[in-house]
Amino acid sequence: MVMDYMLSEEEQMIVETARTVAVEKMKPLREYYDEKEEFPWDIVKEFAKADLFATYIPEEYGGFGKGIMGLVLAVEELCKVDGAISLSLAATALGAFPILVAANEEQKKKYLPDIASGTKLAAFGLTEAGAGSDATGMTTTAVKDGDYYVLNGAKCFITNGGDAETYTVFAKTNPSRGARGISCFILEKGDTGFSFGKKEKKMGIRASSTRELVFNDCRVHKDRLLGKEGQGLMIAQATLDNSRPGVAAQALGIATGALNEAVEYARKRVQFGQPIASFQAIQHMLAEMATEIEAARALLYASARMIDSGKVKRTSKESAMAKLFCSEVAMKVTTNAVQIFGGYGYTREYPVEKMMRDAKITTLYEGTSQIQKNEIALNLIKEYISSSK
Amino acid sequence: MNIIVCIKQVPSMANVQIDPETGRLQRDGVESVINPFDEYAIEEGVRIREKAGGKVIVITMGPPQAESALREAISKGADEAILISDKVFGGADTLATSYTLSSAIKFIGDYDLIICGRQASDGDTAQVGPGTAEMLNIPHITYVKKIELLGDKSIRVERIMEDGCDLIESPLPALLTVGKEINVPRISSLKGKMLAKKAVIKTLDAATINADAKRIGLNGSPTQVIKIFTPPQRTCGEKLTGDAKKIAVALVKRLSELGIA
Repeated sequence: MVMDYMLSEEEQMIVETARTVAVEKMKPLREYYDEKEEFPWDIVKEFAKADLFATYIPEEYGGFGKGIMGLVLAVEELCKVDGAISLSLAATALGAFPILVAANEEQKKKYLPDIASGTKLAAFGLTEAGAGSDATGMTTTAVKDGDYYVLNGAKCFITNGGDAETYTVFAKTNPSRGARGISCFILEKGDTGFSFGKKEKKMGIRASSTRELVFNDCRVHKDRLLGKEGQGLMIAQATLDNSRPGVAAQALGIATGALNEAVEYARKRVQFGQPIASFQAIQHMLAEMATEIEAARALLYASARMIDSGKVKRTSKESAMAKLFCSEVAMKVTTNAVQIFGGYGYTREYPVEKMMRDAKITTLYEGTSQIQKNEIALNLIKEYISSSK
Repeated sequence: MNIIVCIKQVPSMANVQIDPETGRLQRDGVESVINPFDEYAIEEGVRIREKAGGKVIVITMGPPQAESALREAISKGADEAILISDKVFGGADTLATSYTLSSAIKFIGDYDLIICGRQASDGDTAQVGPGTAEMLNIPHITYVKKIELLGDKSIRVERIMEDGCDLIESPLPALLTVGKEINVPRISSLKGKMLAKKAVIKTLDAATINADAKRIGLNGSPTQVIKIFTPPQRTCGEKLTGDAKKIAVALVKRLSELGIA
């Protein structure tokens, strides 16, 4: 039973559609993609046909217009079955948010409809080998040359890298200005001088591609600049405010999937002449898992609703809280799910070890849990200062 | 290409109950779904429309709540949906249903192709499709697994037989019944669901389709359900063993004992 979060009829449609796709199309192939580490194009096509890429994109650009809540519901429902294949969709949202928050009308019209229809995947390029938590340490540059910018450098750990068509990439246009010297550009697969480096071999989310983006005298027209020069870091921050609930939803979905598996197994597994679900030791674990998941869901939905209300200018704190809490709960819940399964849980015969591997990334990307805490504390203190003035 | 797809709302296969008094299906409180074979009919209609243009009209005869099945069909790509509903249609057997559907189809007019699921999961008769075609006086082909358009006046289809396939050409209009071999039905998209939510479902009653009162509903149904039961399982017969001569002798002896030979 799920608590009643008063979802609208359209939101309910998103949940049902995502569930059908997840169970009918994704579930039969989740072991395959985890094992083979291939990009799940056939499932991506199913997401597209069901309009699942459209949930958060405004209707005027071919979307379903259901905001962050729409994205969260789709991602959560998909990730209950598989948190890796679904990342093709969640990471596309991450790549699309810079366009949603900073693009001009022309750019939105050019790029968003293909993203909404799932015709083109997107990716977000901020991280570099030497610039993870500290984005200002990036060394990729974009030098203006007439009507063009020339990009040089490399981005690493880019989800959907190589498989996406549309990239939002950050580079320094004025290295001397530090945080204010970063700008954001739209790159297209096939742009001259834009290539892909090695594909990472990962612990989890193996159905998702993680590649290096390489820029070697890559010339793009100035109409690819998002916002104004120097606004890059601001765009990145606004993007993360919107996208972190998506990671939280991924974590929440994985956790819920693991809990479902754990309950089912505990009811069937007989030891000492009775199902292990009858032992208080197991019951208390399940009770904790269920309670934490529900608390995580309540926090995430409240944050998503707050962002969608548009009443608050910045939601960095709330987005970070949702991401921090959901991802930590996911790690704990999936670890305990493996514990309940015992030795069987450690084998690839059962899905919980994969859920545990997939969950781990949610405490790392789009800012580690520690970075989320920095974000929360910083904004908390700011709020206190401004309210005491 | 205007395609009419005939569907039926049936109780979900998960929990079918029979009323012990009347021998009819208990429909109250049971989740209703589109008859699974009809899902393939809808999908095939939509695929042909996507290739050849035109429209897909989904029709069903049923109580007002059958409208939900029609809305689902729209979410899966049908253009229009019509509910054929009237109290006097109640209690129809396959003959009366075929008559009612054919009357509605004549009223709708302008169609090139009719597609039905091969049979309904509740009655399992597989009669209504062919029955409707007979009353419309058009050709019908059952158990179709592949449809190929030959221009807009004829089709070539593959029909599944026990020992292989028949390749059949037919002029249009024609009625085809299809099964799960023909395609993989799509999952309703979000936009499809929105269209379904907003769609206006037209209702046709007996008077509108000019149906003969003697041929519809219970009055038009010669079939009477006397009893529905699970036949007792046949027990294993007597086994005679030994060489052929021994068996033959034993067999004749047993038959004459039983007064058969």
